[in-house]
Amino acid sequence: MDEAVRFHFVVDGEDFTSAGQASVQVKKNLRRLGIPPEVIRKISIAMYEGEINMVIHADGGEAEVLVYEDRIVMILTDRGPGIADVEKAMQEGYSTAPDNVRSLGFGAGMGLPNMKRYTDDMKIESVVGEGTTITMTVLLA
Amino acid sequence: MTVTELKDTLSLTSVTLPEGDREVEGVYIGDLLSWVMGRAQADNVWLTIMSNLNIVAVATLADVSCIILCEGVTLEESVRSTAEAKGVNILAAEAPAYETAKRLAELGL
Repeated sequence: MDEAVRFHFVVDGEDFTSAGQASVQVKKNLRRLGIPPEVIRKISIAMYEGEINMVIHADGGEAEVLVYEDRIVMILTDRGPGIADVEKAMQEGYSTAPDNVRSLGFGAGMGLPNMKRYTDDMKIESVVGEGTTITMTVLLA
Repeated sequence: MTVTELKDTLSLTSVTLPEGDREVEGVYIGDLLSWVMGRAQADNVWLTIMSNLNIVAVATLADVSCIILCEGVTLEESVRSTAEAKGVNILAAEAPAYETAKRLAELGL
């Protein structure tokens, strides 16, 4: 496997308003690496949605970003409740987020669909009661 | 047109203007933050009534040129100062989003 530049983040599950710190840092790091702005935009939005999900549903988690010559891979891992029905969770508008999250403008059921929309490949591995790992890849054409 | 020119032309209030010379292109209106991230384009003017800290992250990540807070919505100082520090332009209008959008349309946005 070719050499990757690697960034690792711990996503704090305590504070909803601070969610986004990892995504904003990724955005900065990618800009420094000279990645095109439109690619950075896709990656940082997908990453932010993932962060928000981990804060809402899983009390935080970890994010790993690997930058290869031809692609960027994001791996988000949490030890939350898992996703019972992945197909349903992928539908736009379907959400299990609580009301306090909705009042902040999230929980519209667009998080996972946005992550798919902005990446070239997305894989969800989830076990109920154990946690979820989402792997997203964006190709650098 | 730049964000500063937009503010002056429509007599909007400046809440933060750290990057006033940014060009504006197109408009997106919405309060559900994931919808905004899914649909808004880079350099858009974003009209909203949301005022919590997450709007700063959304504006940064979606790369909009500025936020216009509609209906006289105000920000807590902590949100305002974070936006300033992160380089997020925020303007404010007393008018509702629709009225503000009509004026933006008249400018050809």
